[in-house]
Amino acid sequence: MIGGLFIYNHKGEVLISRVYRDDIGYVAQRSFMVTSCIKPATLFNVNLFVCRRNAVDAFRVNVIHARQQVRSPVTNIARTSFFHVKRSNIWLAAVTKQNVNAAMVFEFLYKMCDVMTAYFGKISEENIKNNFVLIYELLDEILDFGYPQNSETGALKTFITQQGIKGQTKEEQSQITSQVTGQIGWRREGIKYRRNELFLDVLESVNLLMSPQGQVLSAHVSGRVVMKSYLSGMPECKFGMNDKIVIDKQGKGGDLYAFCCSGKQSIAIDDCTFHQCVRLSKFDSERSISFIPPDGEYELMRYRTTKDIILPFRVIPLVREVGRTKLEVKVVIKSNFKPSLLAQKIEVRIPTPLNTSGVQVICMKGKAKYKASENAIVWKIKRMAGMKESQISAEIELLPTNDKKKWARPPISMNFEVPFAPSGLKVRYLKVFESKLNYSDHDVIKWVRYIGRSGIYETRC
Amino acid sequence: MTDSKYFTTTKKGEIFELKAELNSDKKEKKKEAVKKVIASMTVGKDVSALFPDVVNCMQTDNLELKKLVYLYLMNYAKSQPDMAIMAVNTFVKDCEDPNPLIRALAVRTMGCIRVDKITEYLCEPLRKCLKDEDPYVRKTAAVCVAKLHDINAQLVEDQGFLDTLKDLISDSNPMVVANAVAALSEIAESHPNSNLLDLNPQTINKLLTALNECTEWGQIFILDCLANYTPRDDRESQSICERVTPRLSHANSAVVLSAVKVLMKFMEMLPKDLDYYGTLLKKLAPPLVTLLSAEPELQYVALRNINLIVQRRPEILKHEMKVFFVKYNDPIYVKLEKLDIMIRLASQANIAQVLAELKEYATEVDVDFVRKAVRAIGRCAIKVEQSAERCVSTLLDLIQTKVNYVVQEAIVVIKDIFRKYPNKYESVIATLCENLDSLDEPEARAAMIWIVGEYAERIDNADELLESFLEGFHDESTQVQLQLLTGIVKLFLKKPTETQELVQQVLSLATQDSDNPDLRDRGYIYWRLLSTDPVAAKEVVLAEKPLISEETDLIEPTLLEELICHIGTLASVYHKPPSAFVEGSRGVQHKRLPGSSVESPEPASAAVPEASPSIIPSQGDLLGDLLNLDLTPPTSTAAPPPTSGLQMGAMDLLGGGLDSLVRPRVLVSSQMWLPAMKGKGLEISGTFARRSGVIQMEMTLTNKAMSVMTDFAIQFNRNSFGLAPAGPLQVLTPLSPNQSIEVSLPLNTLGPIMKMDPLNNLQVAVKNNIDVFYFSCQYPMSVLFSEDGKMESKVFLVTWKDIPNDNETQCQIKDCHLNSDAASNKLQGSNVFTIAKRTVEGQDMLYQSLKLTNGIWVLAELKVQTGSPVFTVSISTKVPWRSRHGQQSDSVVPP
Repeated sequence: MIGGLFIYNHKGEVLISRVYRDDIGYVAQRSFMVTSCIKPATLFNVNLFVCRRNAVDAFRVNVIHARQQVRSPVTNIARTSFFHVKRSNIWLAAVTKQNVNAAMVFEFLYKMCDVMTAYFGKISEENIKNNFVLIYELLDEILDFGYPQNSETGALKTFITQQGIKGQTKEEQSQITSQVTGQIGWRREGIKYRRNELFLDVLESVNLLMSPQGQVLSAHVSGRVVMKSYLSGMPECKFGMNDKIVIDKQGKGGDLYAFCCSGKQSIAIDDCTFHQCVRLSKFDSERSISFIPPDGEYELMRYRTTKDIILPFRVIPLVREVGRTKLEVKVVIKSNFKPSLLAQKIEVRIPTPLNTSGVQVICMKGKAKYKASENAIVWKIKRMAGMKESQISAEIELLPTNDKKKWARPPISMNFEVPFAPSGLKVRYLKVFESKLNYSDHDVIKWVRYIGRSGIYETRC
Repeated sequence: MTDSKYFTTTKKGEIFELKAELNSDKKEKKKEAVKKVIASMTVGKDVSALFPDVVNCMQTDNLELKKLVYLYLMNYAKSQPDMAIMAVNTFVKDCEDPNPLIRALAVRTMGCIRVDKITEYLCEPLRKCLKDEDPYVRKTAAVCVAKLHDINAQLVEDQGFLDTLKDLISDSNPMVVANAVAALSEIAESHPNSNLLDLNPQTINKLLTALNECTEWGQIFILDCLANYTPRDDRESQSICERVTPRLSHANSAVVLSAVKVLMKFMEMLPKDLDYYGTLLKKLAPPLVTLLSAEPELQYVALRNINLIVQRRPEILKHEMKVFFVKYNDPIYVKLEKLDIMIRLASQANIAQVLAELKEYATEVDVDFVRKAVRAIGRCAIKVEQSAERCVSTLLDLIQTKVNYVVQEAIVVIKDIFRKYPNKYESVIATLCENLDSLDEPEARAAMIWIVGEYAERIDNADELLESFLEGFHDESTQVQLQLLTGIVKLFLKKPTETQELVQQVLSLATQDSDNPDLRDRGYIYWRLLSTDPVAAKEVVLAEKPLISEETDLIEPTLLEELICHIGTLASVYHKPPSAFVEGSRGVQHKRLPGSSVESPEPASAAVPEASPSIIPSQGDLLGDLLNLDLTPPTSTAAPPPTSGLQMGAMDLLGGGLDSLVRPRVLVSSQMWLPAMKGKGLEISGTFARRSGVIQMEMTLTNKAMSVMTDFAIQFNRNSFGLAPAGPLQVLTPLSPNQSIEVSLPLNTLGPIMKMDPLNNLQVAVKNNIDVFYFSCQYPMSVLFSEDGKMESKVFLVTWKDIPNDNETQCQIKDCHLNSDAASNKLQGSNVFTIAKRTVEGQDMLYQSLKLTNGIWVLAELKVQTGSPVFTVSISTKVPWRSRHGQQSDSVVPP
């Protein structure tokens, strides 16, 4: 398991060092103690320090100060493995000498970042120095002998505070411990809100690679459902969406909604993962998503779809080479969604050859500019409604070169934001049941928002 | 108020000031001081001098201060063990505190103080805490057992903590279960043979139940533990798989990977025609693809694992090529791994897409990545024949870019393409030759020289080209020198007239001016070949080359199987077995897929692949052989039939003539090895003997055919003890019909080693002018007993004690009418030495040692009951194992 955890600043100075196991650092020491039967109390003192420092320094020299960019997030130096992640200019390194679960170590490091962010905001040298006592306290709690323990901030905040826990009653104490070790470690009991409210954000990024003829080479959507919950008590929630498998099943069973939207309005989800609050075995058997949510903001699920994606924009490129020193480019973009909706932050990037000497652009809408440093024409449109069309044409003057190599014609890429889910995902319901408190599903104010953004959205030309 | 100010104090006399503050009456000041101490500790200053003062602050009801003091204690207790005792009282008291958080804190911290003296005091509080009413305390105590075991394993066993820990697996709280599993798994790892984690269907059921309820980390512990279980049958295997699959939708990648590990392993047990098997295969792909949308570091771990999974079960991801396409802003380590997997998944169906991608990558910025992409294009050409032409033209395009490293890499792969598809793409040679001057890397230069030499007849100025390399011959790397030598010899054989001078030059450079033995040897071989028989030289040098294989860089199957069992862990990231990077006994245990087909003959030899192979005879074999030590005079008629070997041998041993006692050698009567029927008239019978330290193979060759036999030669297959002929088979005169000849062939034990079954089996090939004949024979073990097998009695005593009882085998020899001295003498004749003798209650005990030619000692105890014809023999071996690379772990290889 994890032998130690260090936090460094960008210079490689240690800000936090917590050693869980002796093996990292002074293995040599122990064998020294065994072979020579001297009582090494005094001598040891110095050496122990030197050796532990060695593990710390090795990382600084080999990773932080290495001139090259990082070639691997796991580095093995002198039979010691260093796992590292970087947040702004802070390095977090977990050190081990054993065959640990590597995926777990990285997940833990990310979690550690989340926990720190939840406690004191941005991870920066200043914040870490300001909160080092807190960090040590957290590290003591969430990592025991190198084994990650409960690391849900909701639970941690109940008993790790900088005020110190004073005057707790016995009930309160046992409530804390049962929550930390319990089945619902991510939520504490006794949360109360005057107004029960929840927000659901369906955030999608749509990725496309299209041929010049308009044929889709590859397209996929990766989406996230982020929930902000402000609910009292221990509410039991059930989340429903237009998942094809569920709809088909229910359609047969006579569910009216399911019946209405069976067929084209349901979507096929390739794969999804859930926050640990979701009962996975229930999803596996019934495909229903039920859970007791953490308080506040968290990511309920991630999913990926590849079928029947609504491509919000279509790019139609036309590139003509006029002689050896001139290119004519015409690009048409078509918005392909309901006219009542508005797309925002639209940006089209048209690459130009390296030997471009000048560009003239004419566009119907928005602003277009040739950016020589980026070798591209960048065309920006603030807003565009659905089912519209816009066009840009450009004349590119080229310097004559004797370079035999043809221009590789990189694809035209696009950025945008649309107020719907390109995957077609719809939230059907989010039901809240809290039997102990006197509020019902109807009393909860629910908000749903869909945002579709461009991922890598490219059209070859 | 912030804590950062504590980092800034660097004054002199700081320690002194801190001391004063620590002893202050004011609580706030104390706390401030401790914070300063911790800050100094963090940045690496030695503040151990403050130990007593800090410990004094321990007794406080302020939890924050307490935690700080504990933190200090964990760091420095080891350096001040005597002082650390001072803290014990507080710990013990805290373990009784009504607040469960404090109880847990105390037991957690105590485990971290690695001082032997403290551990004694830890036992009682720990025992209480393991049975605490509060689950938070229990889960902390569970981990504490692992801590204590790390300090003092014996103590943990004596105190019965392991049983308590096992009971915790049935705890009602899932987190307690998870931590208990983690602790037990770790302890079990350092006791490979103990049955500590007694996984049976009941416990598995408990674990699977806890799996649904515990934290994400707990799920990982449990899944990793499950992966060590071997289900009894395919039914059980399937039911576990069914309960593990929901985990594939967990947001935590480590949970997903550990679940994949369990499934990959248990899948081996499912029959392939089962519907569920197919369903499971389909279920595995989506989560693996989803892992690629995680953070880059996790993507890297996932990709390294997918690389293994693709090699083991290519069908899972064969349709998912696109997800491995490299994204512009992927970190370089992710890009390189994706590229690797792309090549593995490349097939005729997707090759067009892959090539288009690779071509893009070849114009990227990162040199390593570009090189790998170019190499990948070559690998695609070799893997998918239909794409070869397109690949070659892509490579030519790349060569046109004149980017130095791209050109060099392209030339290296084109060489391989030439070898795979001979006489197809040689038209591009001209383009390659244009780039000769820009090549500065040995591998590219060697590849180019190979191409020029191989196709010398099509290149008009091949001699000029090669000559240009020759100028700086001595500055070239060995790789290039060797290639140049071969290349010029090829050229000479193809165009002998114009290149005589050149070949002379290179031969003399290689043989006279070089101190590299490989180069010199190759030079001499060519020289002699060319001077004695140019036709033969042509046949040798220009021989048709075997085709190269399609797949490269595949992980060796046994290693792959082991790595599959380590999915998610560091081993799978490094693609190395844990023993290669973990010190000590931990993790050197070898994991295997259930129902694995690859049988490794020796657990130890698999453990240390670099270790020089050596075969340890199993005791059974040795016993049989000891008794088969044929001490009868050579005139004895029939060889003992193998079935009754033991008894017959025993009779021979003692019933045989006493005259053989003095004979200092071992003989076995001659056996028929190759009957004339099988040998096309050649009959071979023979025997093995040991004469003055040399093993002799004594053969009688009889020609029962009608024609004369000549040109005899002999060769052995690899065998258990590396027996090999020490010289050629000396049959000087032709063997005329009906003639017999006796030949004695000296053997050495320097040959290659492979374990045979039976151990003393030897496969022999004999060649003559008619044909090659194969036969196998068995040599008596006693020929392997070396003359220096007498162990010093002290050493004997120590070694005998060192050998675990498991390594001992007993057997009885019946019907021996011989006293102990006579037996001892007799055995000494066969290099079995008596080290000591004692008489206990009318029994003579003989302690004997012998050493095999491969350096393995065998110890034996021979009990002789006076007047009884029964001897009891106990035999033991111990083999200290040491690999070439200084792996220090000595392991006793069980017989």
